Amino acid sequence: MAFDVIKTVFLAFPKGFYTSIKHVFKKPVTLQYPRVREEMARRYRGKHYLEMYDDGTERCVCCGLCAAACPADAIYMEPAENEKGERYAKLYEINLLRCIYCGFCEEACPEEAIFLGHEYEFSDDNRDSFIYTKEQMLANRPKKEKRFKRIIRKVRRIF
Amino acid sequence: MITTGFIIASAIKVIVVVVAVLTGCAYATWLERKLVGHIQHRIGPNLAGPFGLLQPIADAIKLAFKEDIVPERAERVTYALAPIVAFIPAMLSFAVIPFGDTITIMGQQIDMVISDLNIGILYIFAITSLGVYGIVLAGWSSGSKYSLLGGIRSSAQMISYEIAYGLSIIGVLIIAQTLSMKELVAQQANFFDWFIFRQPLGFVLFVICAIAETNRSPFDMPEAESELVGGYHTEYSSLRFAMFFIGEYANMITVAAVVTTIFLGGWQGPLLPPVVWFCIKVFLFMAFYVWIRGTLPRVRYDQLMNLGWKVLFPLALLNVVVTALIYRL
Repeated sequence: MAFDVIKTVFLAFPKGFYTSIKHVFKKPVTLQYPRVREEMARRYRGKHYLEMYDDGTERCVCCGLCAAACPADAIYMEPAENEKGERYAKLYEINLLRCIYCGFCEEACPEEAIFLGHEYEFSDDNRDSFIYTKEQMLANRPKKEKRFKRIIRKVRRIF
Repeated sequence: MITTGFIIASAIKVIVVVVAVLTGCAYATWLERKLVGHIQHRIGPNLAGPFGLLQPIADAIKLAFKEDIVPERAERVTYALAPIVAFIPAMLSFAVIPFGDTITIMGQQIDMVISDLNIGILYIFAITSLGVYGIVLAGWSSGSKYSLLGGIRSSAQMISYEIAYGLSIIGVLIIAQTLSMKELVAQQANFFDWFIFRQPLGFVLFVICAIAETNRSPFDMPEAESELVGGYHTEYSSLRFAMFFIGEYANMITVAAVVTTIFLGGWQGPLLPPVVWFCIKVFLFMAFYVWIRGTLPRVRYDQLMNLGWKVLFPLALLNVVVTALIYRL
């Protein structure tokens, strides 16, 4: 018993004090969040965006595969045809409150139209504003296409 | 012999010391948050001013504008009185701490101490012991079970540690043969005359008891957040709470100053002016306080009592006997 006390006082205490003072001189791990942001992982799955062709027409043909693949049943779409007889999505909505960000829609899409981007800050005080429409998701497209997504796309074309 | 010059000098000293201690309290919170933050790999306050130096001011303003709540079941008079009782002794005990050498201004000898009582140490012990009343009354008058538990714990703790606290200093007094703080500092002119070297056991005991007396981690039983929701000051808000808060930090500064004076040679030191040396030593001891908080976990209540009565008290007695045998036989 007495031996334990001596061990605590003369071994454990100095060790503890040394440990805590050691950490004062290490670099803090704090990220000053709103001002400093961490680069998201390249495969990170955040808010969806819809891709376009270079001439500005939508890639999405409203085939419904994404909606079929969606395990959370978050995607709703209504098809229509334009004057050239091409199918497009008249209505394309994703309920981000239902979405589980699994990325199955991205994988199911035969036209490489839908992708999950890197954006993760979309809080709101109103449930309705979490139902994102086609226009919002087209506008959501990253300005410069991420190279990594392009590589994924090429790999997917091969298989 | 009380002259006008003496009165003016005393008044100035009182104002300077009170302002310095209050500012010290404010920046002790800053030091604590910053240092504990870095111990835990965090940054601590850094947004208000450079290095977060304006954070204490922001906190003070925030506290002052909070609503002052008095619980329905509180004993109103006692409830209002308790923060004052806790706050005032903490400020009073600084009156006998010498923070510099005697200086001469306009032919007037001025001691750098508010009042050089010949029983300075006894005065400090008497005054700091009063602080427990504030805590007990606060706990009792809040009309809340958590506050009451906190108050009871703290009274038991402070009274238990009072004995070892007092005894640990006896060794120094046996050697020094004086109770005056000024005399004590004068006897530590050489580095190796510091009482920390002549009374190492007394120093350790005194520091442990002082931490328990000021209710600081790892002996912060009375206010253990995770167990008592804040302890005796659960029901307090606004400036009443601020008084407890300032009182606690003022107590810490007082203890740091007392340790500096009794064991660490007071204001003595080479090259720099005495006041600067005093401040450096107090600052280092405050940092040590925070360092302890960042290292040791809170002890259990029964461990606390066992430590006080079964370890510290006998050791303090032993220290007294051994010191007496060595120095006065």
